[in-house]
Amino acid sequence: MREKILYGLGAIAALLLARNIWVMLTGLPDEAFQGAIFRIIFFHVPAAFTCFLCFFVSLIASISYLKTGRMQWDSLAVSATEVGLAFGAANLISGMIWARIIWGIWWTWDWRLTSMLVCWLLYAGYLVLRRAVEEPAQRARLSAVLSILSFTVVPFVFFSIKWFRTQHPQPVLYGEGRMEAGYRAMLYGNWLPLLLIAVILVAVRMQQEKRLRELDALRREAHAF
Amino acid sequence: MTALAVEQVWKYYGDFPALRGISFEAEQGACVALLGRNGAGKTTLLRILAGLSKPSKGAVRVLGRDCLSAEVRRATGMLGHGIGIYDELSAYENLRLFAALYGHKDAHRAAMEWLERTGLERVRDGLVREFSRGMRQRLAVARAFLHKPSLLLLDEPFTALDDRAIALLQGLLRESLASGATIVMSTHQLREALELATHVALIVKGRLAHSGERTAEMLDDPGYLYRTYGEA
Amino acid sequence: MQYLRQAWTIAAKDLRSELRTKEALNASLSFALVILLLFSFAFDPTAEMTREISGGLLWLVFAFAGALLLNRSFARELENDCLDVLVTSPVPASALFLGKTLANWVLLLGIEMVCLPVFGVFYNVDWARQPLWLALVLLLATWGITVIGTMFSALTVNLRLRELMLPMLVYPMLIPCLMAAMQLTTALVAGQAPAGDQLAWLRMLVGFDIIFTALSVALVETVLIG
Repeated sequence: MREKILYGLGAIAALLLARNIWVMLTGLPDEAFQGAIFRIIFFHVPAAFTCFLCFFVSLIASISYLKTGRMQWDSLAVSATEVGLAFGAANLISGMIWARIIWGIWWTWDWRLTSMLVCWLLYAGYLVLRRAVEEPAQRARLSAVLSILSFTVVPFVFFSIKWFRTQHPQPVLYGEGRMEAGYRAMLYGNWLPLLLIAVILVAVRMQQEKRLRELDALRREAHAF
Repeated sequence: MTALAVEQVWKYYGDFPALRGISFEAEQGACVALLGRNGAGKTTLLRILAGLSKPSKGAVRVLGRDCLSAEVRRATGMLGHGIGIYDELSAYENLRLFAALYGHKDAHRAAMEWLERTGLERVRDGLVREFSRGMRQRLAVARAFLHKPSLLLLDEPFTALDDRAIALLQGLLRESLASGATIVMSTHQLREALELATHVALIVKGRLAHSGERTAEMLDDPGYLYRTYGEA
Repeated sequence: MQYLRQAWTIAAKDLRSELRTKEALNASLSFALVILLLFSFAFDPTAEMTREISGGLLWLVFAFAGALLLNRSFARELENDCLDVLVTSPVPASALFLGKTLANWVLLLGIEMVCLPVFGVFYNVDWARQPLWLALVLLLATWGITVIGTMFSALTVNLRLRELMLPMLVYPMLIPCLMAAMQLTTALVAGQAPAGDQLAWLRMLVGFDIIFTALSVALVETVLIG
């Protein structure tokens, strides 16, 4: 049943994605200044939304784990964090491809790029910490605390880096014009399939985590007695 | 009066239950010997009793209070594998530190009194790092007893001690029992522990296989308990 | 009241044993001086250039030195299982944490007090033109470093690879705090009293300290008692 739902969601996501790409390529005109490459924004921005939504889910799951001690919450926390990191990487990489073509450089220390990179590193630390703890309950507890601390520092990171960068002179690379309605609709419209993919990935990872826990319990049973 | 009540305690490591519904009680003045193989869950249980770890399910009550409360912590003394004293402080500084942490009104006097009782007043200002093994062990015993605990938790207490420290510890344990303290000790050395014990609790695979009074036949034949209640 | 006394007892204990052995202190201080020296190769150390990047330079030195110091904070309790004894004692986990943070704070401030004159002499910079403001920034930012660092010291104390884990987790966490400290320090070394944007940085530093002190105090028991 669970599998069928996941396959169903996957199919919906694929159809939506195919439809969106079709519209992007045929329905929407090239943007005046950037040409064809601007379409990357329809993946770039929703990926960032998805990434932070995942980190937020991880925060809620971590708090719930500390409150209840149920390992399912820990599975959700780690699954959401991993998927969030994947979408964060998608955001960074798509941004870099765009920057290479429009600005001619792979990277610039713009506040958005820098903040995103710092957040990505913060949550990558979460995964590294998990690998260093053997015992599942201890791992769940320590990483839940880390997730809470990390989420709290995210707004500080964004504000401080923004202040830092806006105080310094930097090349003005593009004006921040408001997007046309058609583009905006596509931006949000393309978020839906990406969100569905995130949900599927999280569900699959949670299932894996459950199996890992069962394996770990069996191994402990065999070794302990 | 019931001094210690362990109520349906479960402890999970992930999905693996290391303790599975342990329940027993101990009266004031009782000494419970916690027996079981390595990995059976003795240390896990002792850590829960000491407030170093929380049970996943169930509760531990000491004199009617939750075992994580400050009152219970003040009344608990622990002697574990490590000696729990600082190498870079002197004997006096160590005892004074712990007397202060346990809320002694006159930490200095408590420290001096225990230096004398353990025969360490001569080296009171020597750093623990320079002490012999036996001296360190006696200091550790003093550290565990200096706040007059009414619940004593000992993890393999006699394993590492030398003769003098064993004599000191046994004397103090008898004295504490007489004054109404409760002792829980996990142990391998059946004879030394069983002589002192009034009760035994045998843990097998995380379950309480047997708990009850210590009988004479256990003393005579250390294997008796395991044969009767444990797996072969 | 009793809570504060307990925290102070822990802090005094940590300070006494650290000042006696000077293990972490010596390592941390010499490391700080070595980095201070190394920076002279990273750029052309003219007075002008140095003044422009003084904040960044100093706080990187302090943050690196701090990591060495903080690594030892909870790790020193592992010897002889002292951590278990402290956690079973009636001292609340948060008082234990605050005591240790306080000790680390004092030690790191001490290291900074040595580094600043050395920096002034070697790089030919008159760093003490706004002494009171600079002191305030040092106190606040060093608290930020030690509160986060001590929390992660507790978090990683039972892990293998603890020494590697701590800097990896702490530095990204400290970015806002260090950035504020760098901005403010650079301006102060140049002799400008804080105004406008600088005051916003100062407010952020205070906010950072308050939020992470509160969060750590609330969470440290969960970290220490499993």
